[in-house]
Amino acid sequence: VTKTPDTPLWEVFVRARRGLSHVHAGSLHAPDARLALLRARDVYTRRGEGVSIWVVPSAEITASSPDEKDQLFDPAADKVYRHPTFYTVPDGVEHL
Amino acid sequence: VTASPADVATYALRLGDDALVLAERLGEWCTRAPEIEEDMALVNVALDLLGQARALLTRAGELEGRGRSEDDLAYLRDDREFTNVLLVEQENGDFACTIARLLLFSSYQVELYAALASSADEVVAGVAAKGVKEAGYHRTHAGEWTVRLGDGTPLSHERMQAGLERMWPYAEELFERDALVERLVAAGVAADPDALRPGWDRHVDAVLAEATLTRPETSWRPTGGRRGLHGEALGHLLSELQHLHRSHPGVAW
Repeated sequence: VTKTPDTPLWEVFVRARRGLSHVHAGSLHAPDARLALLRARDVYTRRGEGVSIWVVPSAEITASSPDEKDQLFDPAADKVYRHPTFYTVPDGVEHL
Repeated sequence: VTASPADVATYALRLGDDALVLAERLGEWCTRAPEIEEDMALVNVALDLLGQARALLTRAGELEGRGRSEDDLAYLRDDREFTNVLLVEQENGDFACTIARLLLFSSYQVELYAALASSADEVVAGVAAKGVKEAGYHRTHAGEWTVRLGDGTPLSHERMQAGLERMWPYAEELFERDALVERLVAAGVAADPDALRPGWDRHVDAVLAEATLTRPETSWRPTGGRRGLHGEALGHLLSELQHLHRSHPGVAW
């Protein structure tokens, strides 16, 4: 299917149940926000996947660049003390 | 007053045939809609209608008492035995025609199912209670497109108006009454067609106004679907729908 160039792309976020967060489900093309919402309903919740939908213009999302991956994420790789499992819990400590 | 099972069977068949034939028409858009997202949307609507048709045809078969299943009724009747309104059998035309028909039909179905949710026939009431939400979504979908095309470019406006003019005369048949409807209204099984009209008018008029479209004026009121008098288009639709089942009786897949 050829896409008319002025049909923008939208990112779809679906909340599966009350109490859960909206999770990115995918993306779709739609001419405006209202139709994007209806289409998201048809494309991403047709098997009962959701109770709430957000749609966001893909162009409005600011994403991290793959080029920055090293400086953004690698420094966290060796900070094992940031994980609770790093610390040994002395015997006999309750309510921790 | 208690309704005769034969009357309720015929009524369920009418509503089921409406849903079945429109499901087929909308299914024809599969892989042909302007965008893949719209493709899924129209086929979702078709599947909703097919689900309604299955329940209604099954009910008609039970009450009829001749041992016919939903498949027998869908696949083994000729066009003269189909009781759908002419509106649903019309060829799709362009996208605007398809949307205009969906707007007219789903606006009717919303009113109809809302009324039938308290039908004395519990199966009809059950289908209606579930179907009213489905029809509500179909109406929303058709309405959004009607507004966008009608209040869009000069070309889209022209084509949406043309689609509306094409389908409009067939809407009258939705509100027809005959002796069977009178008996079933009295028995609390059927919806009173006159009572559905104000809500339909209100909704359709509001959408047309927002879409900057003109409500068509026509005195031509094609009719006959409920009595099995159809146009040529239904025969072609049925040949495609029934071909496999008739060529290979009892086939399962």
